[in-house]
Amino acid sequence: MAKTPIVFMLNGAERASFAEPGQNLLEFLRRGVGDLSPKYGCGQGTCGACTVTIDGETHLSCLTLAESVVGKRVQTAAGLAAGATLHPLQEAFMENFAAQCGYCTPGMLVSAKALLDRNPTPTREDVVEAISGNICRCTGYEPIIEAILAAAKGRARA
Amino acid sequence: MTMEFRKEFFADERDDNLNEIGKPTRRQDILGHVTGRSPYFDDHLFDGLLHIRCVRSPHHHARIRRIDIAEAQNMPGVVRVLVGRDVPRNLNTLLSLLDFGIDDEPLLAETKVAYKGEPVAAVIAETEAQARAAVARVRVDWDVRPHVLDVEEAIKPGAPVVCEVYPANKFIYHGKYDHQKLRYGDVEAAFARADHIVEGRYQMSPIEQAPIETCGAIAAPETNDRYVCYTSTQALFFSLGTAAKLLTMPSNRLHFIGGTVGGGFGGKVDSLHEPLAILGAMLTGRPCKFAWDREEEMQVGAPRGAERWYIKDGVMRDGRIVARKFTGYFDSGAYTRLSSYAIIKGVGHLPGPYTIPNVYADVYCVYTNRTPATAMRGFGITGVDFAIEAHMDKVADTVGMNPIDLRILNAYRDGDMKAHRREAKNTALIECCQVVAEKAGIGLQASSRAASSLRDGGGERARLPAHTAVDQKGTVTGIDTGGYARKGGASGRPAQPPSMPGYTMPAAASSTRPTAPSPARPAAAASSQSTAPPPPPADPANTGDRPRQGAMRFSSISGLRRR
Repeated sequence: MAKTPIVFMLNGAERASFAEPGQNLLEFLRRGVGDLSPKYGCGQGTCGACTVTIDGETHLSCLTLAESVVGKRVQTAAGLAAGATLHPLQEAFMENFAAQCGYCTPGMLVSAKALLDRNPTPTREDVVEAISGNICRCTGYEPIIEAILAAAKGRARA
Repeated sequence: MTMEFRKEFFADERDDNLNEIGKPTRRQDILGHVTGRSPYFDDHLFDGLLHIRCVRSPHHHARIRRIDIAEAQNMPGVVRVLVGRDVPRNLNTLLSLLDFGIDDEPLLAETKVAYKGEPVAAVIAETEAQARAAVARVRVDWDVRPHVLDVEEAIKPGAPVVCEVYPANKFIYHGKYDHQKLRYGDVEAAFARADHIVEGRYQMSPIEQAPIETCGAIAAPETNDRYVCYTSTQALFFSLGTAAKLLTMPSNRLHFIGGTVGGGFGGKVDSLHEPLAILGAMLTGRPCKFAWDREEEMQVGAPRGAERWYIKDGVMRDGRIVARKFTGYFDSGAYTRLSSYAIIKGVGHLPGPYTIPNVYADVYCVYTNRTPATAMRGFGITGVDFAIEAHMDKVADTVGMNPIDLRILNAYRDGDMKAHRREAKNTALIECCQVVAEKAGIGLQASSRAASSLRDGGGERARLPAHTAVDQKGTVTGIDTGGYARKGGASGRPAQPPSMPGYTMPAAASSTRPTAPSPARPAAAASSQSTAPPPPPADPANTGDRPRQGAMRFSSISGLRRR
């Protein structure tokens, strides 16, 4: 079967690569394009480690066909920082010890970024809801929630 | 989150002038985590990467009559199908590297499977989807056998033999007993004098570690006839030694890179991904990835093993426990992995953080047709602590005491002798109980409030029992536990299983297996042999009373310390 050419925007830059037939967006981003920040945790849409945004909306890249992002804007955790300048969420995660093994972190950050983009002043309940699709197995939910609230309040360096 | 420091306890044992403790600090690896750049094993890209998927047993227990790989080999994208005879040395036990236990587990089963999900073949294909499709076309002719899933059923006469290396379904300790013993004082005599006998049975379930990153490894041919291997292992040098052994390859031909692990919790201590990925790279000459999907992580990922405990206490009316007897069964699953060691560790912990003058334990490492068990956070201790603490509540109920008062009354104190014949140091159970009672608003007896771990220990409580009742129950004879590590690494012969009537050595352990293929430079091994320098002269300082080195450094954890 023929490969499909995919032209799309990844973290603000135009990218083009070929997708294998039936390839999911997670594998396409990782092996096809070389963005290794989305992670494989379950391949079933249950863990959230592969979370990305497509045109600003969160999606599980393991359940998304690569072909469906043609012409769309995809954002991953790798695109959060502006050069060497970290995003306030990244700063807040570092300051609040919001990562242990770090494997769920890129997905958490993408979910948090999508939340703050649509709701800059979330309540604690909003934050819990926003990361409810992201599993952290090192049991770090409290610091993660604190970090997202801190970033929202602009007090990452509290 | 707020943290409370109770500095009134053990104030003179602590330096409060510390630079780091008690103050927030930043993880050294967190910048990589928040930028998505931390290099987990799968975050390394290789051109032409091949994917490995295993054919797994649908049965708990079955003989393998025949494996037909012909159709799978002709499927699109399939590069090679591996079976057990492709593995240079297809029998291993993890702790053989520490000279503890007999090789009992194949990398790919050849003659039988002993748990559901056990791998019998591995497909190497261009894409993961092609590997999956070909796995479905491997035909295995199974002779399904009766299985056993319960530890006490498994050790009854006539139970199905799970692992032929241990025909009684019990690990053999120290080359002579079918269980790990603890004998301290005389529990039976103390039971006869006790006011109450309190008995209980406690059962826990296996627990999957469930890391978010599934276990896996990528191996690729490197320069100088070496192989590089990126792995999710938690135990890089265990994995290196295991791969070198299974592949009969010197470890200096293996370049292992790990250290960034997406959660492990013990479940990545005994991973077997590396040898299969490296074998794939050896036989295809291309980079190979072998990783579990989530379903495999849950089904065949080695869990914290289930434990069953029977506890019998002799208790006086005032709550003093004068004797405690344990019978424990660890469910090791189909192979040993780390359960044998978990028991050594657990028995050293008995009878828990209490000073009891008579203690007895028989603890069995039992083979069942379940997924092999392994490490998980405090394994060997956590399960029996659940049993002990549940039992303490039962004892408190029997004598009509507040359970916290009962714990303080029986708590160990600095200077007390423990049942494994070491003095207790830095004990703090009493203080923990006092703070718990305070936080929970539970009133304690005056004697409990006044108690201290630093007082009233030692003295009489430091003495070994005048008499310890010993026995030879569960003796097993004719065991040669082999000793892979002792015999100098990959060239050592396989350990011999116990000689027992009706037992035959599995074909997998035969020494006629071909040696490691070396497709990249087939002449390398021979030429390096011919040019090898002569062995160095013996160092006079190292001879005589130091017959064994290397593995002996670890022997204290394996219980084989020479006294």
